[in-house]
Order: sequence, then structure tokens, then C-alpha cells
Amino acid sequence: MHEFLAQLANGVELGAIYALIALGYTLVYGILELINFAHGDVYTFGSFVALGVLVGLRAAGVLHGAGLILGIAAALIAAIIASALLNAAIERLAYRPLRKAPRLAPLITAIGVSFMLENLIELWQGSAPVPFPNVIPNPQLQIGALEVGVQQIVVVALAIVTMVALHFFVQRSRLGKAMRAVAQDRDAASLVGIDVNRTIAITFLIAGALAGVAGFVGGVSFGSAWFLNGFGAGLRAFTAAVLGGIGNIAGAMLGGFLIGLLESFSTWLIGGQWSNVAVFSVLILVLVFRPSGLLGESLPEKV
Amino acid sequence: MSVLLDVRALEVRYGGIVALRGIDLHVEEGEIVALLGANGAGKTTTLRAISGLLPVRAGEISFAGASVRRRSPDAIARLGIGHVPEGRRVFTRMTVRENLELGGYAIASHRKVADRIDEVLAIFPRLHERIAQRAGTLSGGEQQMLAIGRALIARPRLLLLDEPSLGLAPLVVAQIFEVLRDIHKRGTTVVLVEQNARAALALADRGYVLRNGEIARADTADALARDPAVVAAYLGGE
Repeated sequence: MHEFLAQLANGVELGAIYALIALGYTLVYGILELINFAHGDVYTFGSFVALGVLVGLRAAGVLHGAGLILGIAAALIAAIIASALLNAAIERLAYRPLRKAPRLAPLITAIGVSFMLENLIELWQGSAPVPFPNVIPNPQLQIGALEVGVQQIVVVALAIVTMVALHFFVQRSRLGKAMRAVAQDRDAASLVGIDVNRTIAITFLIAGALAGVAGFVGGVSFGSAWFLNGFGAGLRAFTAAVLGGIGNIAGAMLGGFLIGLLESFSTWLIGGQWSNVAVFSVLILVLVFRPSGLLGESLPEKV
Repeated sequence: MSVLLDVRALEVRYGGIVALRGIDLHVEEGEIVALLGANGAGKTTTLRAISGLLPVRAGEISFAGASVRRRSPDAIARLGIGHVPEGRRVFTRMTVRENLELGGYAIASHRKVADRIDEVLAIFPRLHERIAQRAGTLSGGEQQMLAIGRALIARPRLLLLDEPSLGLAPLVVAQIFEVLRDIHKRGTTVVLVEQNARAALALADRGYVLRNGEIARADTADALARDPAVVAAYLGGE
């Protein structure tokens, strides 16, 4: 029972990170029908930016008391801004020129951008994992039979707040509605006066910002950053997005948590070496039996 | 009257195929102009080129005295050209209200958009009953009303309508033409592409007949409706 609850908490924490990354895949897919394979590496970049800020602030000796909270906030905000700008730059330089090209061209470009980013990050940070500064205190709390770290609670809470904010932004705000309109019908959106290119750019900014939150949260949670982190996490998050129904925001969140739980429980029950098999079997099963995903529309409404 | 839309020697190509081979047409402020012609004659292409959805190969398009040829569709929409596209193209996964709100995307004031939505709902009471429904669940006629209503929110000076009667029951078609008459009376200039040439000519001041990407005939609506060749080709003979 104790172990079960511990794995549950672990799975939710992992799931929160995957959900944040999956949202980026799903937002971009929704608007461009493009799998942005570079998205996982934008997450890695966010991790390293947060790490850099924390290391710098620790060296400056300001990470205590109120300075600690401000420093953590600064690391988070820096990761958000850096990842958002990187993702928007990728769109502008690599995908926008291919807007009218056959669909395979941007897809292959995305894979190329991913390799490029991985190699650039390796050049910048080396090929070994870099420990994340252990500046955030992590006292353990006992809630009934469940033992969780304060860090875990912060990670999950931050992810959930971000997702709720995204949901309201997309559903209620003028820009969010413009994003949905462009996703559904680009020509019709432009005819009502929506600047399609600008809306796509904003979508990449938001997807990148979410990857930045995930990068910070993931660094804190795993205790390190590594140039290839985004590859594995990106693939799992992509699986989560497909599981939930790619293009569907609620689906990405649900899929993220399910994949996180699946990874944590399969590691516990059948061993870590099998968790990839479990996760990607789910991807195959979903693609075979429910290609539109758990929450995806089974048929697009087109008249 | 002054010329609101002036199209000169307009040429559009799809891949290697010439879709419009140099057409000239103009629309004066306050007119209703019908574009007639068989399928593939270039009617929809003309509207899409005016709206900036298709690149113009050669020629000039000016609206209210300024060239719009190199402008993006959203910029052209903000200048005051509304376009109700072929196939309605409502946002099917959004509600009727959200569709109308998007029609007012370029209007900064929330209040103004809300007022104009009320005006459109007064024109189309059916939409009022369906206000919270997803547009994809509406009937074809209701979707057409929504597409027109969405374009009206921005109060365009020029409204381009592409086959508003396509696939609709005669009663609904009559209703929609009634609304078009009403919109025109309130001062909107209209370009109407229609298969239903009889209804279009009954409403229009003038008409152009397109054939193979060229203007084959241009005249007043009355003259076109009486022309035996036009009657034989587009009005089902009689």
C-alpha cells in the first residue's frame, strides 16, 4: 500500500511534466497539422536556462530567504521566455518558409531542427548530465499512508495552474479564439481579419512557454539536465498527446498523466527496462484501435 | 456614384493552369452585381483573388481607390471587404456566438461587437435559438445564415457572396435573398456569385457572365435576363 501510493505520487509528478510537453505538441499540431519534433529539445533548452540562472544566482550568494523565492521565480520565468522565443524562432526560420510545401517537407525539417538543437546543446553543456542545483528545500510530508516531498507538490501544482490558465486562455480570450479559428479553417479565419501568420507565431510562443515551465519543473524533479533529455521525454509526451487525441488540449493533459502513471507503475511492477515497451505499446494500440485518441473527435465535422 | 471596386486585367493561375485570363470588372458604391457562369468559369476564383486568398499573377485590384493586390486576406478584410465563401466555412467546432464574435475580431470594443451580434440575431432569429450550439450541428440553411451574419458583424462596405443558395431548400433560399435585399437597402454594396441566375438577376443591378476565365458578357441585370443566349445557357431556357 505504501509503495503503491509512492508510485502513484511519482506517476502524477511525471505525468504533470509529460502533460505540459504534450500540450506543446498538441497546440502546434492543432494549428499546423505538424508534429514539431524539435519540441522536446525546446524543453531541454528550458531546463538548461533555468539551471544556468540558478547556478548564477547561487554563485552570487543571493539564494536564501526571500532571495530564494525570487531566484526560483527568476529561473522559471527565464526558462519560459527563452523556450518561448526559441520555439517562435524555429517556426519563423524553419517552418514558415515551408508553409505551402508538401507536408513531408516541414516534418523532415522538424526532425532536422531537433538534431541540430540536440547537438548545439551538447556543444554548449557537454554530453554528461548536469546536476540541477539542489536549492529548493524538499521536506517530506506524511499525509495518511502517503509520503510526498514538498517539491513534488510544487511541481504538480505549478503544472496544473499552468494548464488551467491555458484552458481559459484558449477558450475565452480573443487570441485563444483566433487560435482555434485558424486551427479549424485558415482561409475562413483570414477572411474575418485574423492575421494567420501572427496567430501561428503566438501559438509557437505559447507552446514554447509551456515547454519552458516543463523544463524548469523537470530539472527540479529529476535533479539534472541532459542534452538528450528532450528526446525521451518528447517521445513520451508525443505518445501522451496521441493517446489523448492529438490537437485536443484536454486530451494532452489526460494523456500526459496516464503515460506518467503507466511509466511509474510499469517500472515498479515489471522493471524499468520494460517501461518504454509499455509506453510505446500504448502508442501502437491507440494508433490501431482508436487513432483519434481518447478525447479526439472520431470524425471531423466538415460540411 | 463612385467606383468602389475596380478590377483590371486580372490574371490568376493554379499551377500551370490559367484560371482567369485578364478580366475587367467594376462595382459602384451601392450596387448589387451578379457574377454568372458555368462551373469552372472562374467566379469563385475571382472572389478569392479579390479577397487576397489567391495570388494575383497580373492585373490590378483596387478598393475604394487603393490597390489591394499585394495585401494579405486579413488586411483586405479590415479594409472593409467581407467575403462569405463557397461552402459557408463556418467554424464548425465553435458555437454560433463564438463564430459571430470572430466576425468582430478586428473590432477593438467588446461592447460594439456585442451590439452588432444583437443586430445580426435580429436579422436571423433562427441563429438566436441556436446561439449556444456548435455551428457544425446547424442545418445547411442555418450555417449559411451564420456565414452571412459573421461577415456582417464587421459592417463591410463591400460584401462578396459565393453561392449562398447552394444546396438549400427553395424556402430558405427565398429567405436568404430577402435578407440580401435588406442588407443592400442598408447601404452595403454586394457582389453575388450564383448558380441560381434567375434569382441573382432579379436582385442585381448589373451582371457579368464569365466563360473560361474571361468576361463573355456585361450588361444590366434586366438586359441579361432578357437575352436569349443568357436565358438558354444559365436560366434553363424557356
